[in-house]
Amino acid sequence: MSENIVSVQNIGMKYQSINGEINAIEDVSFSVSKGEFISIVGPSGCGKSTLLSIISGLLKPTQGRILIDNDEINTTSEKVGYMLQKDYLFDWRTIYQNVLLGLEISKKLNAENKAYALELLRTYGLYDFKDKYPSQLSGGMRQRAALIRTLAVKPEILLLDEAFSALDYQTRLAVTEDIYSIIKNENKTAIMVTHDISESISMSDRVIVLTKRPALIKSTHAIKFDCPNRTPLKCREAPNFREYFNNIWKELDVHV
Amino acid sequence: MSDKNVETSLSPERIAYLKKVRLRKTSILLIQLLILVFFFTFWEIAANLKLIDPFVTSQPSRMVNTLINLYNSGDLFLHIGVTCLETVLGFTIGTIIGTIIAVLLWWSEFACRVFEPYLVILNSLPKVALGPIFIIWIGAGPQSIIVMALAISLVVTILEVLNAFLQTDEDKVKLVQTFGGNRLQVFTKVVFPSNIPAMINALKVNVGLSWVGVITGEFLVSKAGLGYLIVYGGQVFQLDLVMTSVIILAIAAALMYQGVLLIQKKLSDGKIIGNGNNY
Repeated sequence: MSENIVSVQNIGMKYQSINGEINAIEDVSFSVSKGEFISIVGPSGCGKSTLLSIISGLLKPTQGRILIDNDEINTTSEKVGYMLQKDYLFDWRTIYQNVLLGLEISKKLNAENKAYALELLRTYGLYDFKDKYPSQLSGGMRQRAALIRTLAVKPEILLLDEAFSALDYQTRLAVTEDIYSIIKNENKTAIMVTHDISESISMSDRVIVLTKRPALIKSTHAIKFDCPNRTPLKCREAPNFREYFNNIWKELDVHV
Repeated sequence: MSDKNVETSLSPERIAYLKKVRLRKTSILLIQLLILVFFFTFWEIAANLKLIDPFVTSQPSRMVNTLINLYNSGDLFLHIGVTCLETVLGFTIGTIIGTIIAVLLWWSEFACRVFEPYLVILNSLPKVALGPIFIIWIGAGPQSIIVMALAISLVVTILEVLNAFLQTDEDKVKLVQTFGGNRLQVFTKVVFPSNIPAMINALKVNVGLSWVGVITGEFLVSKAGLGYLIVYGGQVFQLDLVMTSVIILAIAAALMYQGVLLIQKKLSDGKIIGNGNNY
């Protein structure tokens, strides 16, 4: 096993409000090694996104700690990039200006980083669109632009919070394929939260299943496919895909 | 994605459709003009035939004469200028100060909660009631009129802009925070740029309200301006002057509103403002 880049240690989270206390996460621990792609699935409202916000440093847990590269984090870390449910590209900025947003905010807008951002745009086929506005791009291209915006600040770890859920199904499959290959190509570590079991199996090396609120880890599934040059679509066709799906589905214990 | 169809040969259906659209547009404009012409013609004829008393209703020809007299005496543009200046100052200052206060209240949720009831009360208070207070405090001059215009537009601006700020998409705010952005960056990168359309809308409302404020102010205290002409005309029972001034006022207000629309169009063409939605 290679070294752990992210270490989640005994995380617990209680929300306070006038009407009472919500125990969102009970006690969750796991670690992720460099280059690994892991997914977190769980019943809706189980605190998956809360967990991701805690790992990103946006939210302070009421218990436990997060280590990134063996350092405890108290605030957002430059090593972590966050992908939200929608692309949230700003309409009033061009694609290039959108991509530079993270660099502007972290005050690292220098010639070198700008060149890197342009390089990413070129590598991933958006260079010709850099002076267009988001409304002039297709959903898939927008998602790619959003990923480049995240990559421009050179994070080592990507957090994907239901990152494709706003797309229609066909686009979603294509975008998943696209984003997956970019993440692998850039050799990033990724933690994805999703409610889509197939998506989690097709992309991940490991799937963590959470219980209902307050969240605990119910089980962890190592996903292994024999296909060479693994891509999400190829995985969906693999013979053991269905088996993984059924196992996770049973554990989620969904009742209507 | 360009929607412009550069068609070299148009289908007959297309030609028929375009013709229909054009015809509709022209007829609307034509009828609009006809209403205006009929209205003034009827007014003129009715007054000439003594169906209505021009002493009470005035009539277009007498209004034209009044306009010429005003122009010849050199006062016409003085009155228009005074009122327009007061209005422009009123709504510009109102928009700027209102936006600044909205920013401060957005910044501190605590302050926002504290001042909320005061804003609500000030908003429901008819600001005209403050007129005499302004005159005593600031003096019987254009300053009081501008303050009157300001009083009417300020609270509405604060409430409207603040509301827009508070409704900024939380996920866009979160996006800035994931890059380690602080509150100032959240404001400059998201909250302010995404709400420029809302601020322009506040400006539109303010133009109308400032006219109300300025004319009210001029009714109370003034030596020049269109409001002054209206009140003066009323007092000496010169309906020609009152009617002429009202019509000039209507034209000036419409032009100023168009000016704001033009600014809005300029900004959105330059893509400085977003349309607010993501897809």
